Amino acid sequence: MAVESVSIDVPDGSIVAIVGPNGSGKSTLLRLIGGLLLPDSGEIRIGDRPVEGADARVGIVFQEPRLLPWRDVVGNVALPLELAGMPGPARERRARELLGLVGLEGFDGARPHQLSGGMRQRAAVARALVREPGVLLLDEPFSALDALTRERLDLELLRLWERTATTIVLVTHDIAEAVFLADRVVVLSARPGRVVADIPVTLPRPRDRSGLDAAAFSAAAAAIRARLETDAEAVA
Amino acid sequence: MRTVRAVVPVVGAAIVFLGFWKLVVIVGDYPPFILPAPEVVADRFVGAWAEGVMTPHALTTLAEIVLGFGAGAASALLIGYLLARSRLAERLLSPYLVAAQATPILALAPLIALWFGSGLTGKVLICALIVFFPVAVSTMVGIRSVDRGLLELGQSLRATRWQVVTKLEIPAALPQILGGMRVGVTLAVVGAIVGEWAGGDQGLGVLINLARGSLFDIPLMFATLLTIALIGVALYLFVLLVERRLIGARA
Repeated sequence: MAVESVSIDVPDGSIVAIVGPNGSGKSTLLRLIGGLLLPDSGEIRIGDRPVEGADARVGIVFQEPRLLPWRDVVGNVALPLELAGMPGPARERRARELLGLVGLEGFDGARPHQLSGGMRQRAAVARALVREPGVLLLDEPFSALDALTRERLDLELLRLWERTATTIVLVTHDIAEAVFLADRVVVLSARPGRVVADIPVTLPRPRDRSGLDAAAFSAAAAAIRARLETDAEAVA
Repeated sequence: MRTVRAVVPVVGAAIVFLGFWKLVVIVGDYPPFILPAPEVVADRFVGAWAEGVMTPHALTTLAEIVLGFGAGAASALLIGYLLARSRLAERLLSPYLVAAQATPILALAPLIALWFGSGLTGKVLICALIVFFPVAVSTMVGIRSVDRGLLELGQSLRATRWQVVTKLEIPAALPQILGGMRVGVTLAVVGAIVGEWAGGDQGLGVLINLARGSLFDIPLMFATLLTIALIGVALYLFVLLVERRLIGARA
């Protein structure tokens, strides 16, 4: 069992980060929320409707971009609409809109292999948002990117969130990233994952790195690290 | 400049080959009914096409190849997919597939000729049989190696079974599938000739037998061989072209 007795309430329009050691079932939890896995017991709800299998109300960004190498960027971003049966011209128009939103305008016709790692993940974010999901799930989305690109994409994710009012649940192993993005950080224990702490981050929004209250930021980060370390000691 | 660099080795190799052939004819002093010189064959090749001797045979063989390849590749796609995705199908079918592949097509051809007569059907069947195995195996391998992440993406986007097959799995496996088809298309040429030998009244395989036997026109036999080789090369290049068009832009 990867996760056990987990109960998390994510308010509409907020950002919740899930952190935890390797093997704590962070990704499993995210797949449960997205309906890619079904719980042995318990329930996932979005609004007042339960999640029973892959859900159109959810958009997912995986750790890898998972773009189709035989399609250009527009074709990749439009894929969810295509599968949902939207006609060609309409879905391309919508896909181009999204490319503008994630800063990929002008790359419509590029193939995935022609893009940098950061650009590929931007395209993956655009694809996840193209059907206007109420909930965006991100599974360590920028962990394969270099630190500078990651910080930049974190910031843009916040700007995107401010404009789209999407609820975001993000899995990360980067404490700083969790604090920077989230309203709350949920700390999971080692396998089987349980919630060991649920730490609010009270930094004012809109956030950016230069204007950040350094003391409050470190305090939140320290609180998270403390809970992760106590748990690690308990296991050792 | 690039085309020049690509063409030079091809032309060079052809010149070396023809030169060696001519040399063997001169040094060995072979009569034309054993080994005709390249220019004799070239002359007969042009003549046979001009006289209309070659055309009906070539068209018959080409039709057998195209129909047989189409039927064999289409059924191989289907079965190859099943083999990749169904344990049960693999257990049930793979022993028969391997046994069928291990039985030489040369041994099967007379039987097929006996059952289906000397018409088109038997040859198409032989071509289809010989094309089937490489395409089925490459399809199976290709579908099995589709990135699981893509399948999970399809699941998250609530793709139907059919959408997963047509929009994710087949395009992802296309490089392998087309690789199998490249092998298959050259084998289809073999299948057509074998089928014609086992029983037929028209086709390039029949023409070879005629040229060697009742006509005793050995240059014509060589000209026919050349035609068969050219058909094989043309079909191979055609599949290669399709491959470049479909997957060239990927990486």
